[in-house]
Amino acid sequence: MTCEQRRKIEGRIALTLSTLAALLGLFWLVFILGDVLVHGIKALNPSLFLNDPTPPGVEGGGLRNAFIGQLIITLCATLIGVPVGVLGGTFLAEYARGKKIARIISILSDIMVSVPSIVIGTFIYAILVKPVGHFNGWAGAVALAIIMIPVVLRTTEDMLSLVPWTLREAAFALGAPYYKVIVQVVYRGAATGILTGILLSIARVAGETAPLLFTSFNNSFFTLDMKQPMSSLTVTIFQYAMGPYDNWHAQAWAAAFVITMFILILTIVGRLIIKWRYR
Amino acid sequence: MATASKKNPFDLIFSSITAISSFSVILIVIGIIYVLVSESSLAIGKFGVIKFLTSIDWDPVKESFGALTNIYGTVITTFLSLIMAIPVAIGIAIFVTEISPNFLKGPIGAAIELLAAVPSIIYGMWGLFTLSPIMSNYIEPALKKITASIPLVEILFRGTPMGIDILTASVILSIMIIPFTASISRDSFNLTPAVVKESAYALGATKWEVVKNVVIPYSKLGVFGGIVLSLGRALGETMAVAFVLGNNHRITTSLLDAAATITVTLANEFTEADKDIYLSSLFYLALVLFVMSFIILAAAKFFLLKAERKYSR
Amino acid sequence: MEVQIVLGTVEIAVKDLNFFYSGNFRALNKINLLVYKNAVTSLIGPSGCGKTTLLRCFNRLHDLYPKNRYEGEILFKDENVLSNETDLIKLRSRIGMVFQKPTPFPMSIFDNIAYGLKLKGIKKMSDLSESVEEALGHAALWDEVKDKLNTSAYELSGGQQQRLVIARALAVNPEVLLFDEPTSALDPISAAKIEELTEMLKKEITIIIVTHNMQQAARISDYTALMYLGELIEFGETDTIFVNPQNKLTEEYITGRFG
Repeated sequence: MTCEQRRKIEGRIALTLSTLAALLGLFWLVFILGDVLVHGIKALNPSLFLNDPTPPGVEGGGLRNAFIGQLIITLCATLIGVPVGVLGGTFLAEYARGKKIARIISILSDIMVSVPSIVIGTFIYAILVKPVGHFNGWAGAVALAIIMIPVVLRTTEDMLSLVPWTLREAAFALGAPYYKVIVQVVYRGAATGILTGILLSIARVAGETAPLLFTSFNNSFFTLDMKQPMSSLTVTIFQYAMGPYDNWHAQAWAAAFVITMFILILTIVGRLIIKWRYR
Repeated sequence: MATASKKNPFDLIFSSITAISSFSVILIVIGIIYVLVSESSLAIGKFGVIKFLTSIDWDPVKESFGALTNIYGTVITTFLSLIMAIPVAIGIAIFVTEISPNFLKGPIGAAIELLAAVPSIIYGMWGLFTLSPIMSNYIEPALKKITASIPLVEILFRGTPMGIDILTASVILSIMIIPFTASISRDSFNLTPAVVKESAYALGATKWEVVKNVVIPYSKLGVFGGIVLSLGRALGETMAVAFVLGNNHRITTSLLDAAATITVTLANEFTEADKDIYLSSLFYLALVLFVMSFIILAAAKFFLLKAERKYSR
Repeated sequence: MEVQIVLGTVEIAVKDLNFFYSGNFRALNKINLLVYKNAVTSLIGPSGCGKTTLLRCFNRLHDLYPKNRYEGEILFKDENVLSNETDLIKLRSRIGMVFQKPTPFPMSIFDNIAYGLKLKGIKKMSDLSESVEEALGHAALWDEVKDKLNTSAYELSGGQQQRLVIARALAVNPEVLLFDEPTSALDPISAAKIEELTEMLKKEITIIIVTHNMQQAARISDYTALMYLGELIEFGETDTIFVNPQNKLTEEYITGRFG
């Protein structure tokens, strides 16, 4: 076999392997999402959303408290995390641009984005659960907020940096003070990017379980009181899936389906917005 | 670069608010370190540092705790999952950047992003209900049979294939890491300028030779940084692993045995810890994990920054 | 006429060449051109006239991107380069290319030069070293790098990198070398060195050079082709084109009235 023939065959083998890898990746996606779809839809029914859980072992019941709890905790986390993240990113991209402190905070944030979320859970337990004496919804919300802040901060910083400097200069030249330039001109220019960053960060924390395990913990009853332990979909999935009852398993699949759909839709919407805007 | 005008009070207020918000990150990091250290001080006092890190004890009754079994589980599952994930991830990246026709690049890229967005608890649950039975009924017995006669390798597959073990946990973890690693590798590959690739083609290189000799060496810093980043993430994974690892504190050579990682131990035992020393030891574990992942993530960031700087000239 | 007899062998004949980008956009319109052996042929013309497009047809580099289409023939030593049966890998080792921006590979100087040779299967260190030294000598770079062959190619200056790339292309002993504006990214001194190099190289190889610098074309080329909007306006010996152009457009371009 000539040298050239050997090179061609080697190339073909290598590229075939790469294609197989891509197919494998696609396979997992289809397999996992397919399973969630099939099992989840089977167990979907109105009582899931309208009723609270029945005692263990008893048939029926739903996850109303978990859905509401998840909503409340995620909402509060967003209300805390997004403003801090956006304002923090603003500082790095505007007032502190180019300064060393901006670099340090930016790098720290990047690291914090990937830090184990269960460690955040233990941290919040120590400062918001132990002193209070019992698990509470606020602790869960703060734990999620702490995960959100670095994510939102970094995307805000990146999006603001994309806005060309000349835009700011034009506003200055008209006599605007810096804070007005930021709020009225720069934020407008980066709005879609920042919004997408927010959407994606919500998608990220909506699926988190570990930080809630010992902060908001769980509650088999319906409650709107955040000073009490609060049920969440993710922790419920954990508890129910690991439990012995079949109806628990079914409900876990249904809850998994709902959460996955929610997160996927948020992610797709976020990416579409970016694609549409930065075409 | 502009600074806040000293004369305008609103500017001062706004710049202060934004500054405080950004400093919150520093505060959080310091806060975590401080809290973890102080909560584990009881255990640190009792067990010291070296002894804790090297002890295989984990006995709530006798109040003797050590981190080694947990560290072992963490390291083994992470290592195995990386071995399984990296070739696939790089293969996907090569496919998306060099092989796939243009109309497929978007959808496959989207599929990768979707896989990356799926929360870890879903992976974990799927692992428990779907993958674990497959592992225990088909794959693990098959592996046992195949390796039965190979001397050193058969040690890895001793014991009853229950499906709840290191191997299953590593497989789930690897599936989780693949999209993330593939995404970063793809971005690194795309940084190779078209002209350099064209030069290689112009010398008569085949597509694979261009990838092997030009694209991969050009992007190796970025790809390596991505791998280290994936390692950092895998280290801290809880839910994907918690369902299928079991919670068995021991050092074992068989991949078909249950084990424990730091994250799984925390998830399972944190709310059960009834004694102060127990809780303190758990905090100690959390501290160890935090330090480990912080260092690895910092190293990853270092490589990624270096890659950025090198190729944006 | 005398010049034509001495350099009279035709190396490449372009016949009725049409080229379409992405299936539909016609970038070259019925090009007919002769490239003579051991001579420098320059392709000149204003931006967007198709000179680089034409250059990239010779080594079928357009094939890297989807939906590009050729019509017509390019006969290289009587074989049609554009036919479907052409072995592109072999073709590209016979017709080499140097790009506008220096493109060293992320390897040492030695490995850069040896790359094309290793692709062809040459493995023995002694053979490689000999060829590397020869190629660097031909590119007038040997003296400057002979003591640092194992250092990274990125440490060389822009002009040296471009000569490195030329050496890399020379190492596989091509019959034709395609230059795509090779000096436009270089300082005048490095550019002059490359022009000197071209003069020497043409004794052994055929060179086709795209340049937007008319004076450069006048200095170094034996034949010149003027292109405009995808068409060949005029082709002939450089002296004739510059001193006594037949076509009005040629005269206007030469005298700087457009482009």
